[in-house]
Amino acid sequence: MKVLVAVKRVIDYNVKIRVKADNTGVETANVKMSMNPFDEIAVEEAIRMREKGAATEVIVFSAGAAQCQETIRTALAMGADRGVLVQTDAELQPLAVAKLLKAVVDKEQPGLVIVGKQAIDDDSNATGQMLAALLGWSQGTFANKLNIADGSIEVKREVDGGLENIKLKMPAVITTDLRLNEPRYASLPNIMKAKKKPIEVLAPDALGVDVAPRLKVLKVEEPPKRKGGVKLKTVAELVDKLRNEAGVI
Amino acid sequence: MAILVVAAHDGKTVRSNVANAVTAAGQMGSDVHVLVAGSNAGEAAKSAASISGVAKVLQAEDAAYANWLAEDIAPLVVKLAPNYSHIVMAADSVGKNVAPRVAALLDVGQVSEAIQVVSPDTFVRPIYAGNAMATVQTADKIKVVTIRPTNFKAAAGGGSAPVEQVGGEGGKGLSSYVGAELSKSERPELTSAKIVVSGGRGLASGENFKILEALADKLGAGLGASRAAVDAGYVPNDYQVGQTGKVVAPDLYIAVGISGAIQHLAGMKDSKTIVAINKDEEAPIFQVADYGIVGDLFQIVPELTAAVEKK
Repeated sequence: MKVLVAVKRVIDYNVKIRVKADNTGVETANVKMSMNPFDEIAVEEAIRMREKGAATEVIVFSAGAAQCQETIRTALAMGADRGVLVQTDAELQPLAVAKLLKAVVDKEQPGLVIVGKQAIDDDSNATGQMLAALLGWSQGTFANKLNIADGSIEVKREVDGGLENIKLKMPAVITTDLRLNEPRYASLPNIMKAKKKPIEVLAPDALGVDVAPRLKVLKVEEPPKRKGGVKLKTVAELVDKLRNEAGVI
Repeated sequence: MAILVVAAHDGKTVRSNVANAVTAAGQMGSDVHVLVAGSNAGEAAKSAASISGVAKVLQAEDAAYANWLAEDIAPLVVKLAPNYSHIVMAADSVGKNVAPRVAALLDVGQVSEAIQVVSPDTFVRPIYAGNAMATVQTADKIKVVTIRPTNFKAAAGGGSAPVEQVGGEGGKGLSSYVGAELSKSERPELTSAKIVVSGGRGLASGENFKILEALADKLGAGLGASRAAVDAGYVPNDYQVGQTGKVVAPDLYIAVGISGAIQHLAGMKDSKTIVAINKDEEAPIFQVADYGIVGDLFQIVPELTAAVEKK
């Protein structure tokens, strides 16, 4: 069984983002970029499946600018086998990415697709569910634990009240939550080896996908700032403030 | 055209955030309908009908809807969608699972986690963990929107909308429900609690959360945690407050032993009053806190518990 994993190049999670002065978006020039953390978890899970013999090949997908090759290389250095990049400078929204993924799934015929539950830039939390819809496949979102057993996959999901267990017919789409695994670091020899692994580069047109955005971003602004308050010395002072100033207890 | 709010429920009542979704829907158009799908969903449908501002409740009965599997609920919503300008769901673990599947089946984009309705086609939504606010406009004919419940006031009760039966679509057989391991708690639910007490890595163990439980029980508060505390296994995943966990906006949020990573602040910075208790006076949590105490939480928390009156 092939496993397809999607990875997104995003501003590194440690970077404090800055809104552009003209309010058209967020500053990305000269900012450290990394793989979306939820996608690292997806890559790790797929590699573990291959190591356990449940998967035969791990294919890494990304879509976006040429630099997304670096993100694919990171996944290859972790242990994935080969990459597919749909290269475009156009703005890509979740529905467009899901359509590009579907085109690659149609070609590659994986038994499982694993993606991060959300990207930490646009916070949409939509691509995996959209892909499952377009393919007519089952979906296991916010996965905490996976178990493959003859033609089906058991998914433990993180939900509002705790955990939920569902069983999906395969093929299926999985979206990862934080506790699914702890992604490995790539070792230096593996980083070297990854340079020789193949990455196929495709154009959206060649896949017959219209990637035009459905949502127009009118403006991007700074959120209202919260003012820092006061530091208090004693619990008695705190209780007094909460009772008489804030009126919340 | 009317707006369809898709409601999650527990079999008896719709989730409390449906009342928030109804308020948001009312800002997109005037004719708000609520879909309650389930197996024996009659009671839940009645509870939706009592929300003020709801014009009509659609009840869809089918054994396949019993456990809210997205594969089976989405086709039902898609079948009803042509009668509506907007499909609205609360951005909770049900809405996040189902709404994007509906959107893709309709070939439309999704507006995720809207916090403000600017006009029927324009919404404000947080991006980058709430460190930027994007105003987005959708040109899609049917607009699929999930809303962040804490940003919309809950609609009042006292309504009496008619309940209409709609046919079920049956199951697709793609997925099945096995069971749940839900956290049992007598405390108020995190996202609707008036007061939330949250603990972080500073608690140092799950056992130590007992001192927060004592404070929470005295205040009638919900209990939350930072990602660090959940990852360390101190408390279950559903306690997590933050960018990828729950978003809360109570009247009072008490952050104990939480440093205040941006991912955590994303989930609580809309709280009315924030209190931080931390031994590190440089902790970023103090930059958003109205009141802070620098010191040993193991001394301060029991003192606070003793000092507040029982609710």
